[in-house]
Amino acid sequence: MEKISTLTGPIVPLERSNVDTDQIIPAVFLKRVTKTGYDDALFHSWRQDPAFVLNQEPYRHGGILVVGNDFGTGSSREHAVWALRDFGITAVLGPRFGEIFRGNAGKQGLLVGKITEEATEALWAVARANPGEPVTVDLEARTATAAGVSHPFEIDDYTRWRLLEGLDDIALTLRDEAAISAFEAKRPSWMPTTQDRTPQARTQGAS
Amino acid sequence: MGKTLAEKVWDDHVVVKGEDGAPDLIYIDLHLVHEVTSPQAFDGLRQAGRGLRRTDLTVATEDHNTPTLDIDKPIQDPTSRKQIETLRQNAAEFGVRIHSLGDKEQGIVHLVGPQLGLTLPGVTVVCGDSHTSTHGAFGAMAFGIGTSEVEHVMATQTLPLKPFKTMAINVEGELRPGVTAKDIILAVIAKIGTGGGAGYVFEYRGSAIRSLSIEGRMTICNMSIEAGARAGMVAPDETTFAYVKDKPHAPKGADWDAALEYWKTLPTDDDAVFDAEIFIDASELEPFVTWGTNPGQGVSLSGEVPAPESFHDPTDRAAAERALEYMDLKPGTRLKDIAVDTVFIGSCTNSRMEDLTAAAEIIRGRKKADGVRVLVVPGSARVRLEAEAAGLDKVFTDFGAEWRFAGCSMCLGMNPDQLAPGERCASTSNRNFEGRQGKGGRTHLVSPLVAAATAIRGTLSSPWDLEAAEAELVKDGVA
Ligand code: SF4
Repeated sequence: MEKISTLTGPIVPLERSNVDTDQIIPAVFLKRVTKTGYDDALFHSWRQDPAFVLNQEPYRHGGILVVGNDFGTGSSREHAVWALRDFGITAVLGPRFGEIFRGNAGKQGLLVGKITEEATEALWAVARANPGEPVTVDLEARTATAAGVSHPFEIDDYTRWRLLEGLDDIALTLRDEAAISAFEAKRPSWMPTTQDRTPQARTQGAS
Repeated sequence: MGKTLAEKVWDDHVVVKGEDGAPDLIYIDLHLVHEVTSPQAFDGLRQAGRGLRRTDLTVATEDHNTPTLDIDKPIQDPTSRKQIETLRQNAAEFGVRIHSLGDKEQGIVHLVGPQLGLTLPGVTVVCGDSHTSTHGAFGAMAFGIGTSEVEHVMATQTLPLKPFKTMAINVEGELRPGVTAKDIILAVIAKIGTGGGAGYVFEYRGSAIRSLSIEGRMTICNMSIEAGARAGMVAPDETTFAYVKDKPHAPKGADWDAALEYWKTLPTDDDAVFDAEIFIDASELEPFVTWGTNPGQGVSLSGEVPAPESFHDPTDRAAAERALEYMDLKPGTRLKDIAVDTVFIGSCTNSRMEDLTAAAEIIRGRKKADGVRVLVVPGSARVRLEAEAAGLDKVFTDFGAEWRFAGCSMCLGMNPDQLAPGERCASTSNRNFEGRQGKGGRTHLVSPLVAAATAIRGTLSSPWDLEAAEAELVKDGVA
């Protein structure tokens, strides 16, 4: 995972509430074997409509998604996060999120910040007045700034720390790399190996 | 205070002890990989630019999607083919040893580890598959994990885990002829329920467990997960050592001696305390069968389909009602009067030599019941070869059964081996969930002996029923 301190991108206004993960990515895309390449699957049915926001310039390449209440509810599919990320969404701002979605996002390096409903409306208004207007999300200061106005956002301390440090679960474990190597150095030689076992007689000499 | 087997194995694998409620970091000695739960994990490694830390502790095989016929031809279903091709590419890219279709060691992932001698007492084993508990039969700590954990093990060879509680399952006494390991575990699950083991590692103990072969112990540990347990274990003993010795990857020479010395220290200390304990009298057990749609809904084969009202717990009662409707069964029906369309002998629960031999002994020289389809699917290519060397394939085909190539097959029907809607099956597998063996299919879980007797009579039967029927014939002067 890459370290995140500030993110800047166009405000992508998704002016809807109650967007569940089935809408973010339909079940038919769960049969795939990859963890990437879900950009075409994101909001698949809504994107059939040419007027849908993600089909419009300047939003076709992602940015910072600003959403209504209760985004990412429903099924636990981690694919929802993968699809947003693959499309080029680097952060999602909104007043209320599905808990599992928020957890999955944190694991995958997608910043999800809680802003007030007023801030949501304000950011949508900025985008409406000036499509493509950027917003800067400052994770250190926990603010989202657009058109000269700063809005505070909430994110829990642990997730914020991991995003700032660029640590996923694996990266966290790898901080104990020295301990893992030390443990490995002491493992007895009878332990399983999927490589061919060299007969003792040959390595140690016949005794 | 002494320690249990599970605690000893755990303690010897702690890389970093978790402080203040944080999980322990546990070292993983063996990682088994198959095509269904690995693609996103490999992809995750690629995205993060990480390698696979210990290819020498990782082995892959193809099992869930593989066809059991025409294995030399391209796989028909494009999604199955794609998953298998992806595994092959990933294995090549990351340097993982793989046993592909057509290879002598290919087969269900939970047969591959033991038959290669990779599954050993006192080691930790994981796989992206819930039935990894099978490997506990050797006194290993073995459990299933999710796809993100698969990636975690690939990258670090460790997992952050919170310690489990321990439960002793004491099975004392002698099994009657015709009663097997499968009947023990079905009885255990019926007794404690499908959630009764949640949060626990089971240790199966007692004279009945000691007298089982390793293959029987695997059958029992395999289904620990069906009682909700994370893992099931049996302390290693002379039976275990004899089984492991001389397997291709078993330790040799001085390594063997060192291993043996360590393994003998593993059994639970006399003064160790389990968090929970249950007792089963093996001598009272009869052949067992499930009537419902979860593995806890089972009774003795001599019994009847229960009435939902007989369950005190309202959730159990509602579950029974739904199950009977799905299974199309009436309360009070004698289980022995239930006719089946299909008999499936296979799956990681019961597809090893001992299972096939036991079934073959029952059917030798007989013919299957008319209209019943009998599918025999050895768990691995090696088992298939051994069975053929022993002439078992001939016994099965003479009987009228189909002798297939190795894989998961009708255990979950990801390949073409499926039940048609409404079909009823006596199956030696481990899950009787709705639609598990094919949409609308109805599953009765049974032992290989019951499967064989059922294939002969066409209705759910045990070897006892065959004997009884023959005694009748003798009495009537027919035979
Ligand atoms: S045989 Fe069945 S239970 Fe065993 S690994 Fe295959 S699908 Fe899973």
